Amino acid sequence: MKILVCISKTPDTTSRIAFKDSNTKFDESGIQWIINPYDEWYSLVRAIELKEKDSSVIIHLITVGTADTEPIIRKALALGGDEAIRVNADSSDSYYIATQIAAIARQGNYDLIFTGKETIDYNGSVIGALVAELVDLPYISLATQFEVEGTTATITREIEGGEEVNQVQLPIVVSVQKGVAEQRIPNMRGIMAARSKPLKVVEPVSAETLTSFINFELPPAKAGVKLVAADNVAELVRLLHEEAKAI
Amino acid sequence: MSVLILIDHSEGQIKKSSFEALSYGAAVAQQLNVSAQALLLGTVTNNLSDLGKYGVSKVFQVADEILNAFDAQVYAQVIAESAQLLNATVIVVAQNQTGKAIAGRISVLLKAGLVTGAIALPDTSNGFVVKKSVFSNKAFANVAIHSAVKIIALNPNSFSVALTEGTATVELLSIKPKEAKVKIVSVNKISGEVPLTEAEIVVSGGRGLKGPENWGIVEDLAKVLHAATACSRPVADTHWRPHHEHVGQTGFQIAPNLYIAIGISGAIQHLAGVNRSKTIVVINKDPEAPFFKAADYGIVGDAFEVVPQLTAEIKKLKG
Ligand SMILES: Cc1cc2nc3c(=O)[nH]c(=O)nc-3n(C[C@H](O)[C@H](O)[C@H](O)COP(=O)(O)OP(=O)(O)OC[C@H]3O[C@@H](n4cnc5c(N)ncnc54)[C@H](O)[C@@H]3O)c2cc1C
Ligand SMILES: Nc1ncnc2c1ncn2[C@@H]1O[C@H](COP(=O)(O)O)[C@@H](O)[C@H]1O
Repeated sequence: MKILVCISKTPDTTSRIAFKDSNTKFDESGIQWIINPYDEWYSLVRAIELKEKDSSVIIHLITVGTADTEPIIRKALALGGDEAIRVNADSSDSYYIATQIAAIARQGNYDLIFTGKETIDYNGSVIGALVAELVDLPYISLATQFEVEGTTATITREIEGGEEVNQVQLPIVVSVQKGVAEQRIPNMRGIMAARSKPLKVVEPVSAETLTSFINFELPPAKAGVKLVAADNVAELVRLLHEEAKAI
Repeated sequence: MSVLILIDHSEGQIKKSSFEALSYGAAVAQQLNVSAQALLLGTVTNNLSDLGKYGVSKVFQVADEILNAFDAQVYAQVIAESAQLLNATVIVVAQNQTGKAIAGRISVLLKAGLVTGAIALPDTSNGFVVKKSVFSNKAFANVAIHSAVKIIALNPNSFSVALTEGTATVELLSIKPKEAKVKIVSVNKISGEVPLTEAEIVVSGGRGLKGPENWGIVEDLAKVLHAATACSRPVADTHWRPHHEHVGQTGFQIAPNLYIAIGISGAIQHLAGVNRSKTIVVINKDPEAPFFKAADYGIVGDAFEVVPQLTAEIKKLKG
């Protein structure tokens, strides 16, 4: 089985979000970059687990990004995976990114393409569906459990107010979230091994961009908390009822 | 030219997020001076002509029973064919589980630019610009769509339903769905509870509650408010509560009318999942808890004393 794991780079979850150039660009100064948690904790680890069970499994990692994404993809390789591909392109348009991933996916004949549920910066939650349609494969989104037996995958996915168990034949595209695996920490051996793993850089295929970011805004600041004494809970209920009209 | 709104449903019922999408789509149509039409795949028990109240003039239905079982590939094909047939220039879906599975696929089939997580009506004064939530609700981005056909996936709870007079005409579309490749083996709905992502009120507990045996006070409060229950990540990670209650950056992102946080410190990753809530109430014994900075109302106190009182007071209010 050949697995392609999509890896994206995002600002650390504690980052201060600020913008520059008249709010047209994300201010990257002082930002720590991490592997998008859904890619690192869940999809990559699940792929590694499948390889641990069956050593014939091959894992390729892909990222679409400029040279500054290399530390991130190296870190992903330190967790596991056999080789990485970086498509040397800069874009924030999901359609463009997905077209690049689809081009690699077509060449590589993968049985399984994993993406994270969403990137925690731009919150698209869309790359998996785009790739699936571009390569014309079934797509199971928001998976919380993933099992594969021969060529049949059994996947639990989130639905409104519950879960649904799906069965589908490989090849497929799956977006994953919490539940499919447990977060791991890279060890020294992995970090050393990653240095000698191949990281191929390929140039992008020509692709359209259908959207572009114009500018950004920060939400208006909260007015400040109204504190109610702990022995006056009735007052809180009154405020929620009469002032906030929330109950 | 028209705005086409997808009606999403489960167990024969139209979802709340689709009513919001209908109202939103009707408002977009009005802005563009075109008609608002709805599209239903499969069958529901709701009276479809009543959907006129949400501002749509026509409801198209592909009434094939097969479509009551969801397969992203099949759905996308039927929606894309319908959109072409109806000459839709804007397609609106809810950014819920269904929307996340299909919006991207429709985007490819129609070469239509897509903005997911939209939170406001598009600005059409100069091009077509949609405001969306980014950085897990810590900021917004204005995104321009350049393609002729545009798709908007609307975040749940970000657009209020507006009711008008009027009925819609219902018309069947004969589109043949292709064969589904995904087999649904079982469905496991959490019965009796309010789905977290659709709930108007959410009562949430954190590590401050000390252990799963103490969740009775959270559940009692939720019950009097007809609220859904939620929790912080460590609470789900230690299996005090099920994973489907975990809210935050890596859990569900919700935007209820009222969010009540009990014994939760308010870490930035937690706030990322709840800070779109309209009103936030924090109950925490530590006056320095960061959550108070993001709250509208707060009580500095012991949850085990405050929460039962709160439940009793609300019971009184509700008679
Ligand atoms: C990449 C990343 C992603 C993350 N994603 C998420 C996420 O999605 N969601 C999430 O929630 N967290 C997430 N976290 C974890 C987050 O950083 C916090 O650790 C977590 O939210 C803390 O949970 P808590 O508030 O329940 O516990 P604590 O931080 O331990 O807070 C407990 C609070 O309870 C109060 N308390 C104690 N006793 C009482 C009492 N008797 N009455 C009233 N109050 C009391 C305390 O004063 C304290 O403020 C993430 C972390 C990382 C690094
Ligand atoms: N630039 C990228 N390169 C590779 N994979 C990506 C990229 N952007 C997003 N992805 C993948 O798609 C998932 C969903 O991203 P998004 O649709 O942008 O929220 C991420 O979790 C990644 O797995």
